[in-house]
Amino acid sequence: MSYFSDIYNGIKTLLTGMRVTGKYFLTSRKGAITQQYPDNRETLKMFDRFRGEVIMPHDEENQHRCTGCQKCEIACPNGTIEIIWDRGIDEETGKKKKKIDQFVYHLSMCTMCGLCIDVCPTDAIEWGQNFENSVYDRAALTRVLNEPGSKLMPGVED
Amino acid sequence: METTTVNSNFKSEKYQINMGPQHPATHGVLNLLLTIDGEIIKKVEPDLGYIHRSIEKMCERDSYQQIVHLTDRMDYLSSNINNEAVCLTVEKALQLAIPERVKVIRTIIGELTRISSHCLWWGVMGMDVGALTTYFYGFRDREMINDIMEETCGARLTMNYNVPGGLMFDIHPNFVKRVKDFIAHFKTKLPEFDTLLTENIIFQKRTKGIGILTREDAISFGASGPVARASGYSCDVRKYHPYSALDRVTFKEALRTEGDTFARYSVRIQEMWESLSIVEQLIDNIPEGEHRVKTNAVIKLPKGEFYQKVETARGELGVYVISTGTKSPYRLKFRSPGFSNLSLLNHIAVGGKIGDLVATMATLDLVIPDIDR
Ligand code: SF4
Ligand code: SF4
Repeated sequence: MSYFSDIYNGIKTLLTGMRVTGKYFLTSRKGAITQQYPDNRETLKMFDRFRGEVIMPHDEENQHRCTGCQKCEIACPNGTIEIIWDRGIDEETGKKKKKIDQFVYHLSMCTMCGLCIDVCPTDAIEWGQNFENSVYDRAALTRVLNEPGSKLMPGVED
Repeated sequence: METTTVNSNFKSEKYQINMGPQHPATHGVLNLLLTIDGEIIKKVEPDLGYIHRSIEKMCERDSYQQIVHLTDRMDYLSSNINNEAVCLTVEKALQLAIPERVKVIRTIIGELTRISSHCLWWGVMGMDVGALTTYFYGFRDREMINDIMEETCGARLTMNYNVPGGLMFDIHPNFVKRVKDFIAHFKTKLPEFDTLLTENIIFQKRTKGIGILTREDAISFGASGPVARASGYSCDVRKYHPYSALDRVTFKEALRTEGDTFARYSVRIQEMWESLSIVEQLIDNIPEGEHRVKTNAVIKLPKGEFYQKVETARGELGVYVISTGTKSPYRLKFRSPGFSNLSLLNHIAVGGKIGDLVATMATLDLVIPDIDR
């Protein structure tokens, strides 16, 4: 007898479950969380804190805020940041001053931990929102973050 | 191999098969070497090390701030709780006074992490026993938590939001509203979990009475978390050694006594309700104040040994630091819940069928990077 009651109960509870799925089947448009990526590229906006990649913002006069203090390089757990620096003459005081030559960022090694951005005393680097990083050649993921010919913003001291 | 003759026509023979490392039910790269006799399991030998990354060794080279982000990569489903564990150890060693605001936010985020981890577990648990629907429902609700995390921490899985001394940045202005929305939403969805899977007779028949772990065995194998609590062993670190803001909330420890697969399942469902209630108690009164206290740029722990344990979604995670007073630990040991919980798999699976092994393993809720580290 229990054989038949098992079958009966099995089907009954299956139908109870299907009531839930059936409800969503009929109202699926409302609660849908699926995103039509990549068709929604134009409208897709990431959250403003989203960690996509490290970028160095420049102003209109091609100036950045990085003094070359190398704190980010030390804070980085995996050697993603390499700062190649130089000494230049400060135009105002005429003294020798450290400046960056190249801020090399190996995106392929970055774990997006955020320690570099957290530690930077002058807020020279921040998070960019780009997350589409597939390339044919790994070397394309090594970037120089300071623009060619860029200078340190006047007034930025560490 | 040992051979027994059943009758003159048939011979029964024990043989070995590999389950994994690419088997979907192992949820990662775990290789189980099964010795079976027909459908009956005679022995289960887990073969570890496929994703060993020597995290503990790396910790000996890293600064304490850097160690935190490595723990994201252990039990990635409870990354916030792992981060918290390391931060609590460092703060305990430095005797830092942590602002109340940080404590409350850490607890809220920790419990949200637990819910999101259990949601994922519920989805794949259903899938392992053949109910694909649950996967989508579990992930639907998990998505809301992921959005909360992404907005506040900036990442969906590897948060690295805790730093020694507090939080990397304050919560997002939308955080409270989103969490409240989630609580309201999830309260209507959690009963659906029951309708869909818990009350299903087929599911119950497949899970009740298999993979039984007694209370004594749970203790002697060092089980913790939902696995131990399903056997009636009350071991919730949040109850016995409350950390962060867990001392000011009331919640019931989810306990069952049967110790079978269904009991482990029910404990986790119950835990989701409890976590919801903890978040609900705290979300309305997050104290004002600092989100971080200043620490030295180079953190040096005093000489000595420090231990802190927390309850992750899988059980008790212990962080044991030996410091010689330098900027990195001399030795750091993680006591991970997954490793001890895996060790009892052979004990509870022997004598069962292969199909039951999949269900049993699903309720152990193994995360392989946590086992291998
Ligand atoms: S985010 Fe972390 S890993 Fe990436 S560059 Fe910054 S410090 Fe290094
Ligand atoms: S990015 Fe910031 S921390 Fe790094 S070298 Fe430049 S100023 Fe220093």
